[in-house]
Amino acid sequence: MDLFEYQGKQYFARFDIPVSAGGVADTVDQAVKVADSSQYPVVVKAQVQVGGRGKAGGIKLANNADEVRTHAGNILGMDIKGHVVKRVWVEHASDIDEEYYASFTLDRAAKKHLLMLSAQGGVDIEEVAAKDPDAIVKLHINPVEGLSNAVAKKAAVDAKIPVKAQDGVADILVKLYHCFTEGDCDLAEINPLILKPTGEVHALDAKVSLDANADFRHPEWEEFKATVELDDREKLARDKGLQYIGLDGFVGIIANGAGLAMSTLDVVNQVGGKAANFLDIGGGANADVMASALEVINFDKNVKSIFINIFGGITRGEEVAKGIVEALGRVDLRAPIVIRLDGTNAEEGREILRNAGIPESKLVSKPTMLEAAKAAVEIAKK
Amino acid sequence: MAIFVNENTKVIVQGLTGGQGKYHGLRNKAYGTQVVGGVTPGKGGTDVEGIPVFNSVAEAVAATGATASFVAVPPKAAPAATLEAAQAGIGFVVCITEGIPAQDEARTFNTLKRDFASTRLLGPNCPGIISPGKCNIGITAGEIAQSPSSTGPNVGIVSRSGTLTYQALYELKQLGIGVSTCVGIGGDPVPGTSFIDCLAEFEKDPETHAIIMIGEIGGSAEEEAADFIKASVSKPMSAYIAGVTAPAGKKMGHAGAIVSGGKGTAQGKMDALRDAGVKVGLNPTEAGSLMSDIVKGLR
Repeated sequence: MDLFEYQGKQYFARFDIPVSAGGVADTVDQAVKVADSSQYPVVVKAQVQVGGRGKAGGIKLANNADEVRTHAGNILGMDIKGHVVKRVWVEHASDIDEEYYASFTLDRAAKKHLLMLSAQGGVDIEEVAAKDPDAIVKLHINPVEGLSNAVAKKAAVDAKIPVKAQDGVADILVKLYHCFTEGDCDLAEINPLILKPTGEVHALDAKVSLDANADFRHPEWEEFKATVELDDREKLARDKGLQYIGLDGFVGIIANGAGLAMSTLDVVNQVGGKAANFLDIGGGANADVMASALEVINFDKNVKSIFINIFGGITRGEEVAKGIVEALGRVDLRAPIVIRLDGTNAEEGREILRNAGIPESKLVSKPTMLEAAKAAVEIAKK
Repeated sequence: MAIFVNENTKVIVQGLTGGQGKYHGLRNKAYGTQVVGGVTPGKGGTDVEGIPVFNSVAEAVAATGATASFVAVPPKAAPAATLEAAQAGIGFVVCITEGIPAQDEARTFNTLKRDFASTRLLGPNCPGIISPGKCNIGITAGEIAQSPSSTGPNVGIVSRSGTLTYQALYELKQLGIGVSTCVGIGGDPVPGTSFIDCLAEFEKDPETHAIIMIGEIGGSAEEEAADFIKASVSKPMSAYIAGVTAPAGKKMGHAGAIVSGGKGTAQGKMDALRDAGVKVGLNPTEAGSLMSDIVKGLR
């Protein structure tokens, strides 16, 4: 789950990472109110989960309430690379002497935590990595050992952070590491991490991505979940407890297992189609789950055909077939189904589908994944 | 021969009295696996259809001589259960649990590495392992796996995805090709056992003559495997990578299946494997038929 900047800053504050005083607003009046209680000049920042806000005009400096009114009015509702701005973050504008970069992620190859630290912040770190890789210090941290202040300080020295900022940076690194581990982040990034003329080090931005698997021990994430931007299809799927990702194609996909679902998307693409979604119904394809899945697919107006791709391992073919027949009785589908049923007791399952009295205009059965994909795409293109 | 588990492997099920543990534990036993005990704290002295239940892994090991453990407990409890097994001297732990936080996985992996180097963890979030005809630990339907033939050639399977593993097993069975061992390493960011660990074992195993590898988007495990194959695997291989059409930045069902910052794409992985001499299929069936050609050439 990716957080908006303002949520990231609120999360940072829980771990004592210094951020600017400010507040979030979804109306112009509210933005002015927050600005008045911060301290002018303020910065009005669009809250979208996409890079390049500044260049798109989504970050503006305001010296008084009138300017806040103008900027917030322009930014709220603005479309930044397909993301419509619903909220702005308003904070006291910081004086900046220098800008650094700091982040923690999990390095999957090394199976350890990875600190990246650079004295060149405020710009796209990928660009720094490409142009001047030596400007980024990469340090692996063993999750069992953690990050000590001494090691953080050494990283700051190695990254050529000026002496006057080293202690402040090290202190924030240790706090950010706690946020990353105890806060169950996939990513905790500060860019830029700034040095103020007063000598303080401070997080001017926040990029935080949370690990959904750790949800059970973070009741405080509820408020973040409320702002996750889902399209209507994804909302319906979430309400029904399905693993669904909306895409922009025309063949609806239902498969059991994440790998098979991914593979189904690929095969549809290979035969000239485009998937409307990713949907994994997991191991047990019973009637309830199948009916829910069909309802979600049916909700998508772009879907012209539905490809159900089931491989029976433990779930037996006849159970899957019964589930589909029952689900078809409950959901009135707009698009025809092409099914590929294979694996344990697949023949028994196909027999059930054949004898269910479903017309061929509504359900076609194909023996292999490739043939089924071709049929689904052909029907969709008719 | 086979890798990691065989007819001599004695298995305990941690969580045998729970829904998943009981269902799959009994299936594994019915398959012929030596399921010698179960562990559920507080339920020691009882039994599940004749399988004795113990309060701790240490007690179970002392009483049964178990060498492997099947961890089938919820995400909150799975890391501790895994470490308990290691502490009790279990050499091979299979954890099927889905939904363990990545931080816990990373900590568990590194704790095992530091304190219990002789314990191998398979998973989490994996279907388990089957050496057909000998031992099945996890959730694989044993009947779809073809036992290896004594004359060969037999194929080893290693996969990040459950259903695609079953599909591979099933297709080989249709073709009458035996399987030495099929290992599901799981779809999480920090798997206990890697592609490379399995490839190294398959390379050493005299019963394995060719290898199928099934990968997916996210991370760089397939690229690392490709480097290893180039340097150290002499046996012929076919492969399939799922997720060619996956959009960037979305987790595709598995916690580890995500393309981020242009890294972890299916194309990059396929290129790396081809470069290492692996025959790469564009869908699972094609990978199966490529393997069929390889096996015909070996016969």
